[in-house]
Amino acid sequence: MTAVASSGWRFRQPSVLPGFGLTLGYTVAYLTLIILIPLAGLAWRSAGLGLDEFLRIAGDPRTLGALRVSFGAAFVAALVNLVFGLVVAWVLVRYRFPGRRIIDAVVDLPFALPTAVAGIALTAIYAPNGPLGSWFAGHGIRIAYAFPGIVIALVFIGLPFVVRTVQPVMEDLDREVEEAAATLGAGRFATVFRVLLPALMPASLTGFALAFARGVGEYGSVIFIAGNIPFVTEIAPLLIVIRLEEFNYSAATAIGALMLMISFAMLLVINLIQAWSRRRYSNG
Amino acid sequence: MELSIRNVRKDFGATPALHEVSLDIRSGELIALLGPSGSGKTTLLRLIAGLEAPSAGTVFFGEDDASRRSVQERQVGFVFQHYALFRHMTVLENIGFGLSVRPRAQRPARAEIRRRAEELLDLVQLSGLGQRYPAQLSGGQRQRVALARALAIEPRVLLLDEPFGALDAQVRKDLRRWLREIHDRTGHTTVFVTHDQEEALELADRVVVMSQGRIEQVGTPDEVYDRPAVPFVHRFIGESSQVPVRIADGQLWLDDRALGLPASGSGEAVLFFRPHQVEVLSGCGGCLAGTVTGSRRLAGTRRLELELGGGRHRVEIDVPIEHPAATRSQISFRPRTWRVYPAAGDGSAATAATPAPEPEQTAIAPLALYSIR
Repeated sequence: MTAVASSGWRFRQPSVLPGFGLTLGYTVAYLTLIILIPLAGLAWRSAGLGLDEFLRIAGDPRTLGALRVSFGAAFVAALVNLVFGLVVAWVLVRYRFPGRRIIDAVVDLPFALPTAVAGIALTAIYAPNGPLGSWFAGHGIRIAYAFPGIVIALVFIGLPFVVRTVQPVMEDLDREVEEAAATLGAGRFATVFRVLLPALMPASLTGFALAFARGVGEYGSVIFIAGNIPFVTEIAPLLIVIRLEEFNYSAATAIGALMLMISFAMLLVINLIQAWSRRRYSNG
Repeated sequence: MELSIRNVRKDFGATPALHEVSLDIRSGELIALLGPSGSGKTTLLRLIAGLEAPSAGTVFFGEDDASRRSVQERQVGFVFQHYALFRHMTVLENIGFGLSVRPRAQRPARAEIRRRAEELLDLVQLSGLGQRYPAQLSGGQRQRVALARALAIEPRVLLLDEPFGALDAQVRKDLRRWLREIHDRTGHTTVFVTHDQEEALELADRVVVMSQGRIEQVGTPDEVYDRPAVPFVHRFIGESSQVPVRIADGQLWLDDRALGLPASGSGEAVLFFRPHQVEVLSGCGGCLAGTVTGSRRLAGTRRLELELGGGRHRVEIDVPIEHPAATRSQISFRPRTWRVYPAAGDGSAATAATPAPEPEQTAIAPLALYSIR
C-alpha cells in the first residue's frame, strides 16, 4: 500500500481482510458468556467443597460406577461408529446408486431427531418384548435395560459425527494413489489397510473424538433404554440429575467437574495424536 | 521386454477415446507418446498398464498376453503426473512398498527390502532423505521418489504419465536429462506420455504422434520433425507456416504466381514450411512475396509476420537479427525445405482424410515431397 511513515505504535494494520478486531472481540465475548462462565461456575462451586469432600464424592462407588458406565459405553459406541461410519462414508463417496441421496440424508437424522424420541423408539425395539429384543432375549442376550442398550443409543446419536468428518476427506482422496498401489502389486486388502485407512486416520480420529464426547454427555436417549440401575446402567449425567433433585448441589457439581476433567484429558490426548499425525501427513 | 499393442480400441460410453491402435515397441526403447490433450495418449498408456481395460484388442508383453492379466500381475512401473506418493509413509517406506506387499513366499526379508530401497534412493540421487515424508520434499524430489518406487518392483516396462508436467521449467530440464541417464543405465523399456514436443524430441528414441484417438506417425525425432507424414504432425511438431497452393505445370502456384518450387501431380494442395528454413531473396522471379505486418524478436533471430496474396494468407519467417530485410515493408523469400500435402488433408480434416486407418501408421503419403539441397 502507500508508504505512510508510521509514527510510533499503531493498533490497526491495513489489511485486505478487515474486521479482525470486531470478529475476535465477538468470538471472545461469545465464548466467555456461553462456555467459560458456566464452566468457571462449575469449577468455583466444586472448589468450594474442599479437597476432602471432593475426593469423598469422587471416590463414592456409585459415582465411580456411573463414570465407568458413561465413559465405557461412549468409548465402545465411538469405536463401533468409527468402523461403521467409515463404511457408510465409503459407500456414499465411492458408489453411485439409486437412493444414495436418501441414505445421505438419513445419516443426518440423529442430529435432528429429539434424543428422547430416539431413546423411546430404541427401547421399544430392543426391549425383551420388542421385535428385535425378543429375538435376542430368546438367545439369552439382554439389550435394553443393560449395557448394550446404552451402547446402541450412543451409536445412534454418534454416527453422523464420524460420517460427516470422514466424508469430505474421503472425497479428496486421490484416485491415483490407489492406482499407484495397484501397479505396485498391492491387492485390495493391502490397498485398503496400508494406503487408504492410514490416509484417513486424522479425520477418523476427529470423528471418533466427536462421537465419544457426544456420547459421554448424552442424556435424553440413554435414560429410556438404560434401565438406570445404580452401579450397573446408571450414567453419570443421570446421577447428576438425581443429586440435583436431592438438592445436593455440591455433589452434582463435583461429578460434573470430574466428568469435565476426564473429558478434557481424553480430548487433549486425541488432539495430541492428531497434531502428531497432521505434522506427518499434511500437504502430501 | 518388447511391447506389442494390437488393434486396441477404447470407448468411454459412446465416445471412442482410441480407435484401433497398433504399435510395436522394441526392448529397451524409450518411447514418447506425444499429442494434444484428448488425443488418447494417456488412455493408451493406462491400457498398457492395465489401469483401463480395452474395448477390443490385445496388449502383449513379449509373448505374454498381458490383456488377460490384472494390473497387479502385469508388473509395470507407473509414474503419475502428480506423484501419487503415500504421504503417511517415509520415502524409504514408499520405495519399499511394492516389495513389502508381495505374497509372503516371494517377499524379501525386511532388511533386504530396506537395502534395496536405499540402493534405489542412491540411484535417484536422494541419499539421506529416506526418513523424510513426501510433504517435506520438493516437487522434483517427489517425482524422483515416485520413479524409485516404480523401479523397486523390477518392472517389465516403465510407464510415465506426463512425469514432468507439474514441475517448473528448470527442474523439468534437469529431470529430463536425468531420466535419460537412468534409462540408459537400467535399460528398462520405457513409455512416457507428454504434450511437450520439445521433451519428446529431446528424450525419446522414437516418438508416437497421436491425435483424436489415432496414431498419426511413429518415427525417430528426426523423422517426425523433418518428414512429417501428415499436416497435423507438421503443425504440431515444431513451428510451421502454411499456404494453400495449386500444383500445375510441375511446380507450385499461389494464385497466379509461380513460386519456383517444383512439384509433381496437379490440383489443390497445401504448402508447409518452417519459419527458420527460408531464404530471403532480393529479386523475385518465382518466389513468395509478402507485406510485413509485424516483427518480433526471438532469442537468436527476428520473426516477421507476413501477409501474402493481398492479406489472405498469413505466414511467419525468421530472418537474422542484422538482416536489412527486417526493416523493409515488402519481402521476398523462398522456403529451403518444405512439404506439400493434398488440400483435403488440410486443417482439422487431417484425420478425416484417412478413410481406413492402417494399423501401424495411419499416415497418407504426401502428394509431393521435395527438398532442395
